[in-house]
Amino acid sequence: MNIVVLCKQVPDTESRIKLTGDGSGFDMDGIKWILNPYDEYAVEEALKIKEAGKADKVTVVSLGPDRIVEAVRSALAMGADDAVHLKVDERLGDPLAVAKALAAAVKDLDYGLVLSGCRAVDEDMFAVPGMVAELLGIGQAHEVSKLEIEGDKVKAFRDIEGGAKQVVEGSAPMLVTCTKGINEPRYASLPGIMKAKRKPVNAMDAQVGDAKCRIVACTLPEERQAGKVFEGVEKVAEVVKLLREEAKVI
Amino acid sequence: MSNILVVAEFKGSDPKKVSFELLTLAGKLAADLGGTVSALAIGSGVAGAVEKLAAYGAAKVYVADGVDKYNTEGFVKIVSDVASQDGAGVVLFGATSLGRDAAPRLAAKMDAGFVADCVDAKVVGGKVQATHPMFAGNGFATIEFAGTPAVVSVRPNIIAVAEASGAGEAVTVSADFGDVKANVVEEIAGSSARPDLTEADRIVSGGRAMKSKENFKILEDMADVLGASVGASRAAVDAGYAEQSMQVGQTGKTVNPSLYLAFGISGAIQHMAGMRTSKVIVAVNKDPEAPIFQKADYGIVADLFEVAPVMTEEFKKLLA
Repeated sequence: MNIVVLCKQVPDTESRIKLTGDGSGFDMDGIKWILNPYDEYAVEEALKIKEAGKADKVTVVSLGPDRIVEAVRSALAMGADDAVHLKVDERLGDPLAVAKALAAAVKDLDYGLVLSGCRAVDEDMFAVPGMVAELLGIGQAHEVSKLEIEGDKVKAFRDIEGGAKQVVEGSAPMLVTCTKGINEPRYASLPGIMKAKRKPVNAMDAQVGDAKCRIVACTLPEERQAGKVFEGVEKVAEVVKLLREEAKVI
Repeated sequence: MSNILVVAEFKGSDPKKVSFELLTLAGKLAADLGGTVSALAIGSGVAGAVEKLAAYGAAKVYVADGVDKYNTEGFVKIVSDVASQDGAGVVLFGATSLGRDAAPRLAAKMDAGFVADCVDAKVVGGKVQATHPMFAGNGFATIEFAGTPAVVSVRPNIIAVAEASGAGEAVTVSADFGDVKANVVEEIAGSSARPDLTEADRIVSGGRAMKSKENFKILEDMADVLGASVGASRAAVDAGYAEQSMQVGQTGKTVNPSLYLAFGISGAIQHMAGMRTSKVIVAVNKDPEAPIFQKADYGIVADLFEVAPVMTEEFKKLLA
């Protein structure tokens, strides 16, 4: 069985987000780009499954402009075997367009399991993987914090509301999205980084159809202002009183 | 003309508040698009919820009764069938565990545009526009749908609910999942009976200064009095003081309560990103230089272990 891992390159979570001069988009100049942290869980999980002798090959599939190859190399440096780079000129605001391009590429690969992060920390839609599963016509388990593979049997523990879990069973081919807690992603070793430079990255144009939706405006949130600050435990009663009488939240 | 279909959510057989929020939003969109508002109730014993959903504007309530376990593909099939029966141009979900799972798959099945976790949706020039947070709330993008169908998930606790009398015509629909490839075999209850953080109206949250898992008890006690959920910073989760499901922030949950009480949380960018839309933030920290005081509505510079029990007692007096 081969594993496909869907990966995305995203801005580092400590990035300061700014608007472009005309306010039509986000200014990505000077942003540090990283492999989406949730996709690192997916890469790690794929490598663990392969190392346990339950999969033969781990292929990374990623869509974006040329800069994303850096994130792809990070996944290869962790230990993935090869990669497919679906080229587009700029970021797409339409998750279904992204999902269609990914599904079209994955369909042609020999895969048993598709893994990805449950979310990308930039758009944060949790959207693309479930769409890919539907387009491929395979089962899915979303926001999984524990995964068991036996042969072609898949058992996934989904994190649902309030710390509850839902156990999903299916057979390969199946798509699973990973959330925090599923594993601790390894750091790439120096030899791993050297080897990654020589691993094959198959670049091809993404098959992007018509957009169903597009970004028409970007804004920044209003900055919160500092409020009233009190000193000492003896002020607690006063603050609680303000919460009732001024803020009206108690 | 475009009808709006709300996928209602239930706790047992009672609609969750987010269902009423979605109906309120649906009413506004339907008025501008010239369509009707329908709700879809999938669950067990949900037939009794028709009147409750009608009270917030549902003209029609489709009822798929007898579903005792959620299944992604099964739910998506039912919603998709009802959406075509209803002639729905817009399908609304809550941006909840269910919405995060089912809504994208439905959008792909319906070949629809999709925007997740919206904080606002309106009709501009005959087209639906939805605004959603990006970079965990450090930016917002407004997205316009080229046409219908459109699938939108809406963040809980954002829309102020408004009652509106709908006709509430009950329409029974099939609760058959059809052939599914992945099956839900078991549900394991969480250790907490509290509301999910993403839907909580009040949150008591602790940081690394809590010093231990056991110390979270003082926050649990306060949460009991307030009917609140308990959250934690990434530092507290990484230190093993709190469960992963409790983490608030960019790599945890994005929350939106009316009251967020932060104990021993310094206010890192990635934490603030997850709770900045809280209506009122109260920070308790020993360090007067903690960045969270720059963003909090009320701050108390003091030892959290002294403040928390006293504050719990004060809340008790008010809420008793």
